[in-house]
Amino acid sequence: MARHGIGQPLRRVEDARFLTGQGRYVADIDLPGQAHAVVVYSPYPHALIRSIDCAAARAAPGVLCVLTGADALAAGLGGMPPLFMPHGPAGPHGYRTLRPILVADRVRCIGDRVALVVARTLDEARDAAERVAVDYEPLPAIVDLEASVAPQAEPIWPECPGNVAFELRHGDPAATAAAFAGAAHVVRLRLRNNRLTAAPIEPRAALARHDASSDQYTLYCTSQNPHGVRTMMCDSVFHMAQSSLRVIAPDVGGGFGLKSNPHPEDALVLWAARVCGCPVKWVGTRSEAFAADNHARDQVVWGELALAEDGRILALRADALGSVGAYVFSAVVAPIEFSIGLIPGFYQVGTVDLRTRAVFTHSSTLSSYRGAGRPEANYLMERLLDQAAHEMGIDRVQLRLRNAIPVGALPYRTATGMVYDSGDFAGIIKACLSAADWDGFSEREQASRSRGYLRGRAVAGYIEQGGRFNERMELRFDPSGGLVIVSGTHSHGQGHATTYAQMVGDWLGIAPERIGFIQGDTDQVAFGRGTFAARSSLLAGNALRMAADAIIERARPLAARLLETATADLEFVDGAFVVAGTDRAMALTEVARAFYRPLGLPAEFGIGLEAQGNWSADPPNYPNGCHVCEVEIDPATGAVRIDRYTVVDDVGTVINPLICAGQVHGGLGQGLGQALLEDIVHDPESGQLLSGSFADYAMPRADDLSSFDVRFLGTPCHTNPLGIKGVGEAGAVASPPALINAIIDALRGQGVDHIDMPASAARVWRALQNAAAEHIGAGSHT
Amino acid sequence: MTTITVNGKAVTVTATPDTPVLWVLRDELGMTGTKFGCGMALCGACTVHLNGEPVRSCSLPVSAAAGHKITTIEAMSVTPVGSAVQASWLALDVPQCGYCQSGQIMSASALLAKNRTPSDGDIDQAMAGNICRCGTYNQIRAAIKDAAASMSGRG
Repeated sequence: MARHGIGQPLRRVEDARFLTGQGRYVADIDLPGQAHAVVVYSPYPHALIRSIDCAAARAAPGVLCVLTGADALAAGLGGMPPLFMPHGPAGPHGYRTLRPILVADRVRCIGDRVALVVARTLDEARDAAERVAVDYEPLPAIVDLEASVAPQAEPIWPECPGNVAFELRHGDPAATAAAFAGAAHVVRLRLRNNRLTAAPIEPRAALARHDASSDQYTLYCTSQNPHGVRTMMCDSVFHMAQSSLRVIAPDVGGGFGLKSNPHPEDALVLWAARVCGCPVKWVGTRSEAFAADNHARDQVVWGELALAEDGRILALRADALGSVGAYVFSAVVAPIEFSIGLIPGFYQVGTVDLRTRAVFTHSSTLSSYRGAGRPEANYLMERLLDQAAHEMGIDRVQLRLRNAIPVGALPYRTATGMVYDSGDFAGIIKACLSAADWDGFSEREQASRSRGYLRGRAVAGYIEQGGRFNERMELRFDPSGGLVIVSGTHSHGQGHATTYAQMVGDWLGIAPERIGFIQGDTDQVAFGRGTFAARSSLLAGNALRMAADAIIERARPLAARLLETATADLEFVDGAFVVAGTDRAMALTEVARAFYRPLGLPAEFGIGLEAQGNWSADPPNYPNGCHVCEVEIDPATGAVRIDRYTVVDDVGTVINPLICAGQVHGGLGQGLGQALLEDIVHDPESGQLLSGSFADYAMPRADDLSSFDVRFLGTPCHTNPLGIKGVGEAGAVASPPALINAIIDALRGQGVDHIDMPASAARVWRALQNAAAEHIGAGSHT
Repeated sequence: MTTITVNGKAVTVTATPDTPVLWVLRDELGMTGTKFGCGMALCGACTVHLNGEPVRSCSLPVSAAAGHKITTIEAMSVTPVGSAVQASWLALDVPQCGYCQSGQIMSASALLAKNRTPSDGDIDQAMAGNICRCGTYNQIRAAIKDAAASMSGRG
């Protein structure tokens, strides 16, 4: 078993279908008699809807129905509330919005859903959608965070003057002020975390069927969390029992947080299927995705670090504005919370005073996207550290090593209330520097210089939180003795069918390729919460362990009976119950078959062999690590090339190193994409989206990303029996500061000490030109 | 009515002449292995071969494909290059969500059909039109080299 077991680079069992065009994504599914839906989206960031005239659209060829917000209200359909609000000492607080599935009166963002048109063919639906005449009265829009909280700003929601949906705080303002007053040095930065979109290559899609005879609904959707979709649809929108709706999330083409929660289109196709009496399919276009999908990040933060003469961090202060867009939607509270809660990182910070305000703007809703607040937090701390090292003349590495929480201080409670259980933070920095040949930099720097290029490097540590909520997993033997994993999580690239089978195969002594896997169907999986927040390894892993142990314990008495021995005399070894000290044994699969015998099975054994396991992310885990980035910059164009990139991660126990490396590669791609390329930009005057296609929104491509050197140096997590820490978010957390600090390092000699993300060639070039102009200007005065 | 050759078979389709090949494949012929990503030839998810050249089927009108040979992901396992690429993709655990991989394999196969010893630069150039949001570029590069090696080993 060991060659397939935990820690082995088992090849993914999922892959064959993806390599032959046999993957089955929502858009690939057609139901007999289906009609096609097109959504009419608001082209204005802010406007009153004076009227909607649907007559021409309804009369258009092939049209089955046209639905508006007024129809939704008349049908008694509810809106979509946020999944959760912040919980302060006095309970949930903040201004909670209810997002209508179709807006009837006032649109508050580009991409607000205004009408749904359903027709026999997609072309007919598109043509008819153009005939929906919405009479808008455009109004001034606020798309900028700071403008939204300015004193004279118009309230985006009348009941929420000031445009702050909620505010979160950590720390002790008085103690922090005192520490700052006594500090030898204070370093300050104002940083912008650029607005991003997840942009999975599979656009969101939804296909619904309603069976009038049973009043049962089925929804195929692009979801990371089908049970979550079911809850939102049934509890909030349709007010019906959750057993009335079957949600199926088949192969899903990338989620990255975007697909962890439903969007209004999921509700619209369900409703339309009922109204039209036929299945209704909606597949988003790329333009619609850019405009109407949840966006992410979009933060402005003012940060300050107080340091002692020797570089010890005394105190940390930060005040942030984080965008929620037009509604508090999905899981937006999570990134806003992490964006301050994780700022201290794995450094000893005496006292903190941290605040973030969640700000409404007239823009698409924001929610979690790979990292979900962790990258924002890490970016501030690591930028502050490099700035402090520069201003104080302390070596960057030494500054980090001096402040890293020592192993002996673990478990360590941060000033923001997180308890780090395990890790060797100084050790992982040193390991990464060594892997990256940090000391060989000067030779490479000279080589770059001789070719007319600037070279820079940076080191960035990170720690983040993996796992959220609880999870439920099932192991089920069928009557032939075949084992199936029934998963509450949802794999859409993470390779769960492989890694879960590796673990269970290890514990139950069954070859992984003989273990089946079921996920993504609320009729087949009793309950689950899906996959997001680097949660599946911890929660599903440990829940499976519980289930596997329960299977052995349930099977043992029947095995004893079949082997005619006492339960206490049985050992479970390599998939079989063995009578201790004898060669008499029975395979678990054979015992499982016996559980289905029609006769002769005492009632106390029940029928069938199955077990449920569950685990909770209380406590969660804290993956951590270190990144070293080396860049080469062409000063003539400002183009940045990532020349070397090294990662050493502590993800605790590695279940499958190939899959872990893939997860880190993906996180790096998205983190480096944020730092170098990606930017959702709105025109500040009109509020119009300026980066609404892959021609305007630069995605990382094969030629943008160098080869990564990714290594694992795990310290098993102490708070779960498997020693697991998450891996999904890790790469995206430390890569933005690693890259930006490396760019600044390369440019410092030219007088540049700050660059914003994304560090596009144009932006770097301009920074170089401005610095040169300042230098000349300063020179002319001397 | 347009007659095109798909994976070696002549088929007559009823789509209007300006219909992109992508939708002819998916909607009329029921071949869903080729994926929609952007509709503007900017992401590569819809890549097919036209007479062996990688093209973006979302932007290729079916009229322009008349009389030419279209090859899709569904036929790649029967071509020597395609099967080598698929084997290397499996060996190096390339896919994550899988959605863009049809297009990646089509681009990689077209590269290897012409160039059995691609450099990193050749690979970047051939593959830069195919976006993978899961970030499998490292593994793709390694798998292309692995496939090249396995084909040269085969002689």
